[in-house]
Amino acid sequence: MTLALEAPRFVKTLPLLRVDHVSKTYGDVQALRDVSAYAYPGEVLGIVGESGSGKSTLLRMMNLEETPDQGSYSLNLPETEGNLFDLDRFARRMLCATKIGIVYQNPHLGLLMKHSSSGNVAERLLVAGERSFATLRAKATTALEASEFPLERLDAPPIELSGGMQQRVQLAKAIALEPALLLLDEPTTGLDVSVQALVLDTLKRLQQDRQITMVIVSHDLGVIRTLADRVMVMRRGQVVETGLADQIFQDPQHAYTQQLVHAKL
Amino acid sequence: MTAVLEIDGLSKAFDLHHLGNRIAAFSKISFAVDAGEFVLLKGANGAGKSTLLRTLYRSYLPQAGQIRFQSSHGEIDLARAAEVDIAYLRRSEIGFVTQFLTARPRVSAEAIVAEPLRLAGVAADDALEQARHALDIFGVKPDLWPAYPTTFSGGEQQKVNLARALILPQRLLLLDEPTASLDAKARAALVARLAELKSQGTAMIGVFHHPDDVEHLIDRIVDLTPDHYNEEDRADVAV
Repeated sequence: MTLALEAPRFVKTLPLLRVDHVSKTYGDVQALRDVSAYAYPGEVLGIVGESGSGKSTLLRMMNLEETPDQGSYSLNLPETEGNLFDLDRFARRMLCATKIGIVYQNPHLGLLMKHSSSGNVAERLLVAGERSFATLRAKATTALEASEFPLERLDAPPIELSGGMQQRVQLAKAIALEPALLLLDEPTTGLDVSVQALVLDTLKRLQQDRQITMVIVSHDLGVIRTLADRVMVMRRGQVVETGLADQIFQDPQHAYTQQLVHAKL
Repeated sequence: MTAVLEIDGLSKAFDLHHLGNRIAAFSKISFAVDAGEFVLLKGANGAGKSTLLRTLYRSYLPQAGQIRFQSSHGEIDLARAAEVDIAYLRRSEIGFVTQFLTARPRVSAEAIVAEPLRLAGVAADDALEQARHALDIFGVKPDLWPAYPTTFSGGEQQKVNLARALILPQRLLLLDEPTASLDAKARAALVARLAELKSQGTAMIGVFHHPDDVEHLIDRIVDLTPDHYNEEDRADVAV
């Protein structure tokens, strides 16, 4: 056993994100069981676990795509109060469009594959109420540039782009409105290793330049190690361990985490 | 002198679940370090020297004991401090120096060295100037400053790493064999920088394979060899 940790004493800011005691059942399957998580402003929380651990379900809840059977979710932002799971559909859509960005492993979930790349990014701005064509174009271009997307391909539809470029379009769409929270669901899984490194590098830069709070879900420990400040390990719908990233990788406490870390190439 | 760090009854063991056993690293260690004091850790391989440094930095979680640290915000027990407080102290007051650089793709040497200053709120121009000065002192040639260290040799990477690790004066510095495989010029620069930080009041705890590299900096030696654990005054010991 290790020592119980104290509440923060020097850092007075509150977490930006708090998920408390969330449980969710699909038929006979308990996808999440009493899961709690938090992330401080500017912090990168990594969630690792194998398929079926509940990590992606948890991320979809943070994006208000799913509602749990029990539990609450709050973001410490102006004009955002109470349990966000209680919001109606319209309020959810608005909150997601303006405060939360998400990048999915599968670009088909996040993009209209036959519309232009800049149009995909601009759509996000339209939802938030932007109507001037010039502003839309300019903001979309800025976001694509920040995602290190080649600007000569602005008008190419994602279906004609490589996997790495599709992820950059998703990322541009996610950050176009400068969200407080960026959610990443296996953002580099399925990409070539070299492309994966470049996308991770872009994410790292964005995080440092803009101090965005991020939650990244991956089964790939290398990805988590590259990006995360703090790591949460999930298994069968439960949190088995959380800690500072270097502690989780160098001194894992739980048998399952030790197995995961030792299995890493 | 005021103690910056008081280690009290600190114990660390590793539970290896797949083997079903526990490996003790060290147990019931107690000693204090004052501001501006340099403590050398001694002991055979496996005595727990590096493990102790990593436990103080909280990369490892201890099983028992206290690590009372006098931060600029008051006292805190590093053995029990919240993760967010540890992360904050690592950015501002507690440094860890190894011989290895974690290079990142497409980040220049000067940007890597400037980063701790940037995180501490130093303006970009000023941080860059200080970073270049530090690289120069450690003997990294100016044409390498804007280049990416991922492609540097091991020795050059190590110099970039030291320049970065020592650029921001800290209250507590943990040194894990930083001189290993350094060339003579860089070693001299490292020792000079440590002496400078020490005179500014940084408390240091170090593990050195060749302690003679830092001989004149050592104030006290703590021997971690089990059954033989004690403290000795520098004056009594031939290093």
